[in-house]
Amino acid sequence: MENIHLIYPEIFISLSIMLILMIGVFKTKSSNLVYSLSILVLFVSTGLIINSPINQEIYLFNNSYKIDSLSHFMKIVTLISGIFVLSSSYNYLKIENIIKIEYPILILCSILGMLVMISSNDLIVFYIGLELQSLALYVLAAFNTNKLQSSEAGLKYFVLSALSSGLLLYGCSLVYGFSESTNFNLISEKIILSQYGNVFGIVFILTGLAFKISAVPFHVWAPDVYEGSPTSVSLFFAVVPKVAALTVFIRFLYVPFLSLIDQWQIIIIFLSLASMIFGAIAAIGQKNLKRLIAYSSIGHMGYALAGLAVGTNSGIHSSITYICIYVIMNLAIFSCLLMLRRDNKFYDNIEDLSGLSKNHPIISLCLLIVLFSLAGIPPLAGFFAKFYIFISVIEQSMYFLAIVGLVSTVISAFYYLKIIKIIYFDEAKEKFDQENYIGLKITLALSTAIVLMYFVYPSWLINIISNINIL
Amino acid sequence: MTEIGLGHYLTFSAIIFSIGVIGIFLNRKNIIVILMNIELLLLGVNINLVSFSIFLNDLSGQIFTLFILTVAAAEAAIGLAIIVIYYRKTGTIRVEDINSLKG
Repeated sequence: MENIHLIYPEIFISLSIMLILMIGVFKTKSSNLVYSLSILVLFVSTGLIINSPINQEIYLFNNSYKIDSLSHFMKIVTLISGIFVLSSSYNYLKIENIIKIEYPILILCSILGMLVMISSNDLIVFYIGLELQSLALYVLAAFNTNKLQSSEAGLKYFVLSALSSGLLLYGCSLVYGFSESTNFNLISEKIILSQYGNVFGIVFILTGLAFKISAVPFHVWAPDVYEGSPTSVSLFFAVVPKVAALTVFIRFLYVPFLSLIDQWQIIIIFLSLASMIFGAIAAIGQKNLKRLIAYSSIGHMGYALAGLAVGTNSGIHSSITYICIYVIMNLAIFSCLLMLRRDNKFYDNIEDLSGLSKNHPIISLCLLIVLFSLAGIPPLAGFFAKFYIFISVIEQSMYFLAIVGLVSTVISAFYYLKIIKIIYFDEAKEKFDQENYIGLKITLALSTAIVLMYFVYPSWLINIISNINIL
Repeated sequence: MTEIGLGHYLTFSAIIFSIGVIGIFLNRKNIIVILMNIELLLLGVNINLVSFSIFLNDLSGQIFTLFILTVAAAEAAIGLAIIVIYYRKTGTIRVEDINSLKG
């Protein structure tokens, strides 16, 4: 095991989960300590990953665990967004009175599961990572036991997610049976079209994965869960699992299933088209901001999938860029949402934003920038993200996908602009409380600055991502 | 008498799996039944994996089954815990009454 140092981050996180759990159990009133320790753990493991740069593919544990530039980059994105999620939600948890030791530990568990998922090169390892991730997420969704909505969100998420895991597993069993192995590399050698079992298996697996990133025919859980669960958990849902699930999509499509590209390409194009259109249209009538973000994230996942459907390296790069910028924009909009507090009550309806610019010019300016960026208006980061996707789609002459994408961008601009109109031109309401929590402020400032200034030096992200070679 | 082959096992597991899926969607009474249906889904998958493993002479399918059984137990435990929380809030676990979130 000369390459064991490459999985030090995972080992470190799992050991520290146990240690922190012990601290939380034996030390009374230790929730603050546990919280800061968890953020520290994420920092250290980010450092461990950055410290061991990788430029070739390395396999561990009998080829079942793969470390390459894709997993390296995606792990860094997952961990950094995890750090920001944790550091921006402390105040919310304290005010909602749900700051318990379990919260950061569950987040650590699910991040550990995502790291395993990202690196998996075997169906069994992938399944273990996926379940470690989603079991922690079930509990997180139902975390606010004082509220009916939260436990209902947890219940719905549990039932639908367990169903999708079942479908995914059935697909895994078919692929295992018809290609005679659980290892991705061996599957890619053995998988052939003439066996119909393989095609069925791929369809089932893609169904399960589409559920995890809430692409359209399997999106029904997303709005309810986002609305019902505590806002800090919705932030986590909207950001971190999407990165991991998209990586798993890339892993599945471009290693084991690569030779059946004609079969899965149609499925991915359908998922992408349906998500883009539905995400744009269904968000129009929404009144709750969290629900609206859920629909907009469905739409955004459609664009990310469009990059994957292309089947070239540049398509994959554009998808990865898209998901990075999506993460940054969502961090910004949720940290604005976490600031809307008056007398220890949080507000998340769109009408609560009315006239925000009179009393809180800075928050409204940040919201303005982020909403314009989500709508894809140049020169903000969201425009570039969509631009790369469309470039790579048009390079492969898939004009229909590009046209539908453009049209749904225009439709979705309507509801983003509507929020901006409410913020800037409607009658002012009471002032919200002054936010003094530094972690939230830093998250908002950093993410808005990146969204705003991305166009000055876009090549830093592109250079990193262009090192990732899948095909 | 006909020999029982791989096809029979696969059909059997497909039937079990479909009963699970259909049960989740048709069930209008009780959430516990949904939990049972989820177990049924996973058992269908297990039958599939074990029969493939025997016919391919390859052990990894059976190892996969052991992992699935373990995870299914954990999943059922978490599901029951969430149902208990929900029951404490509302006093009912009828599927029709779960409708406070919609839009």
